[in-house]
Amino acid sequence: MFRIGVDVGGTNTDAVVMQGDKILSGVKSPTTEDVMSGVVDAVERALADSGTDKAKVTAVMIGTTHFTNAVVERKHLARTGAVRLCLPAAQCLPPMVDWPNDIRDAVGNHFWMAKGGYEFDGREISALDMEELNRIAVQIRDEGIDTVAITSVFSPVSDKMEREAMEQLAKTLPDVDFTLSSEIGRLGILERENAAIMNASLRALSERTVGAFGRALTKVGLTCPYYITQNDGTLMSRDFVQSYPVLTFASGPTNSMRGAAFLSGKLDAIVVDVGGTTTDVGALVKGFPRPASTTVDVGGVRTNFRMPDVFAIGLGGGTIVEGTGETLTVGPRSVGYKLTTDALIFGGSTLTTSDIAVGLGLADFGDKSAIADLKDDHLQAVRARVNEMLTNAVERMRVSPDPIPVLAVGGGSILVPDHVGDLPVIRPEHFSVANAVGAAIGQISGEVDRIFSLDGKTREEALAEARTEATNKAIAAGAKPESIELLDQEDVPLAYLPGNATRIRLKVVGDMNG
Amino acid sequence: METIKRITRDDMADVALGGAFLGTGGGGDPYIGRLMAEQAIDANGSVQVLDVEDLADDALIVPVAMMGAPTVMLEKLPRGDEAINALRSLEAVLGKKADAIFCIEAGGLNSTIPIAVAATAGLPIVDGDGMGRAFPELQMVSMTMFDIHACPMAMADEKGNAIALNTVDNLSTEKFARVITVEMGGAGLIALYPMTGAQAKQAILRGSLSLIANIGRIIGSEQAANRNPADKLAADLKGMRLFEGRVTDVDRRTEGGFARGRATIEGLESYQGQKMFLNFQNEFLLAEDEHGRPRAITPDLICLLDLETGQPITTETMGYGFRVIVFGLPCDPKWRTKHGLELVGPSYFGYEAQYKPIEILNLQN
Repeated sequence: MFRIGVDVGGTNTDAVVMQGDKILSGVKSPTTEDVMSGVVDAVERALADSGTDKAKVTAVMIGTTHFTNAVVERKHLARTGAVRLCLPAAQCLPPMVDWPNDIRDAVGNHFWMAKGGYEFDGREISALDMEELNRIAVQIRDEGIDTVAITSVFSPVSDKMEREAMEQLAKTLPDVDFTLSSEIGRLGILERENAAIMNASLRALSERTVGAFGRALTKVGLTCPYYITQNDGTLMSRDFVQSYPVLTFASGPTNSMRGAAFLSGKLDAIVVDVGGTTTDVGALVKGFPRPASTTVDVGGVRTNFRMPDVFAIGLGGGTIVEGTGETLTVGPRSVGYKLTTDALIFGGSTLTTSDIAVGLGLADFGDKSAIADLKDDHLQAVRARVNEMLTNAVERMRVSPDPIPVLAVGGGSILVPDHVGDLPVIRPEHFSVANAVGAAIGQISGEVDRIFSLDGKTREEALAEARTEATNKAIAAGAKPESIELLDQEDVPLAYLPGNATRIRLKVVGDMNG
Repeated sequence: METIKRITRDDMADVALGGAFLGTGGGGDPYIGRLMAEQAIDANGSVQVLDVEDLADDALIVPVAMMGAPTVMLEKLPRGDEAINALRSLEAVLGKKADAIFCIEAGGLNSTIPIAVAATAGLPIVDGDGMGRAFPELQMVSMTMFDIHACPMAMADEKGNAIALNTVDNLSTEKFARVITVEMGGAGLIALYPMTGAQAKQAILRGSLSLIANIGRIIGSEQAANRNPADKLAADLKGMRLFEGRVTDVDRRTEGGFARGRATIEGLESYQGQKMFLNFQNEFLLAEDEHGRPRAITPDLICLLDLETGQPITTETMGYGFRVIVFGLPCDPKWRTKHGLELVGPSYFGYEAQYKPIEILNLQN
């Protein structure tokens, strides 16, 4: 049984071929603007290096930081309409109220608050006003906005108003993509709404990117199923990720941490994953990414996804270096996938951290003569700044004074010194493709999200029933039965429905067969 | 301990963090109150904090608060003017303007909302509160022990309803007001316990805002130094780590205007193989081990902290898989009196456990 793990980063596309627990090959290839040719190149080379017959490949797992990068860099975000069904409540904190200005501007800061929403027990705060929604639809159309996020108060209790509002808006806006908050998040309106708005702003990018994955694998001649990894290290289908790109947000760090644990055999460590555009710093506790316990900021926006606790900084191999002395800046902007054309060592005209690394002798690639006139004190100043950024990030994730190792992974990890503060740095074998390894060992999940009646059964019996149902789904989807574990469960009693109803959301995960 | 004299926008992060800690899991997520207070301070300027001794004996002090289930406030955000409407309605009933605002509890949303109201109304806020922590019911304040009446009381909702109550005693105020909060959608904004400066000097628990800000600063600076704040909080506040583990079940329901339930925590590290159960009614009220032995009982404080970062966790955000420290803290001595225990002891909440101070329950052999 052979499988391929692919990681599509902002700068590099990596691919590994694995047979069981064995890594047969691992390659890096530049990410291309069309995404597709980079994937084709990486997968073809990885297959060739390992000498694997592509007919024997049973699955391809793709991880991507494309959508997180878009948010962090405020790039490729579509202008988005945010519609909140809440009036007269919730006016004091309007949509995007606590967002950093630059990302609010990037999505256009277009929001409307309308009548609607539920009380905790399913009563209406106020009924939907179809005329009001029609007026909003006209304004959305006049603004030329083609993606809309709808959030209703207490939509995890009932999603009816979000659906009805979508249908009403769609009458005027037939070509608009809608994201409903109830499909994405849990209780906590600000965080759920934030996730819905970000998801909406990423829909167009998601369609382009996921389409490119499919075309790439077809071109290589792979006919096996392919999956995309999500926040919790589990796999999702293409259709799903196309509609919910936001669910991939933390998949990059999850993959790199699971990959780093797998490659190094270390159970407790700080993982520093330096890509082309960003560095993600997370913590491994007993072999698993430490989850964030409450809310997680993505590009400065608060969400309540269950994600690993990761601190991301705008530092990578393609990070742009500008100014000198007092005016020196390192990032957060990056040349991204244009590293191999725009960096000085590749004949371009932009000074990047890769140029600095070559100048310092940390790495040897490209045309060294292009950076011959970089002064040593400038190189050292950038090195000091990079070390300071890494040390701050590692210190932020460190929660004990114990000298646990730092696992440096990712293509840009040449930038990581041998010690970060007082912590020793380890670079495991295949460190540069840890993300792709993490994707390849992605897990299969089984999920249940539906309303159970507690008439004639206890809550515990209903939870057990949901767990059995989810476990069966995971086994049917290809999980090893003995590896299945409960990942998350939540139940919300629905006081407004007869029969003592409760909504149970439950997810189990297991390793993939083979 | 440093005394806070003025609350600026920059103090709000500490106040929210300290408030989350003393909220003992309840009182709502102070984040929303923090955003409201920041907006109000941006619009109206910072808030002066007064020592109760600086108040004239005839000054009118009015606590404002959110009453209801914290889960509701996580979803149904306020319209924004409910608390001011409640204050204005109460002033209309009294025929007198308030001179200072007060926090009914030193926890959660109710440690931040009064700051927003004080900024908006241009009034100072008194450094103190009625609980020294958070409790779920409105008669559970030190003012009740000093025969200060909760009424007249005003309640307001986002639809513009404003209701004034006059009841025979504070428990009755709770019972009637609770029914109204359910009708208001599970939460309402209230103004109550109008009291004079002279009464306040006798009845309130002092220095609570300073304590909150200090706890927030401790948590922040310990986190910045990569230490779990639990140890310094234990040393500075005479608290203790009771348990460490992973949340494996949360049975939670919104009933009777409260968020009620029970959480199961399975031990990690040196607690491997043991369990702890936390019973809550908005706040954590009773912590028991797997043999049903109590380890901390209301009115002593039971706080839930993130195992790695020490960040306080509220009952409504706590979920499956959270890795936590159960942290206990002795309550204000006023609560350990006969009258105090009648108001907030375990038997009031229907628990069979007899109150024993947390220091006694956790004596090492």
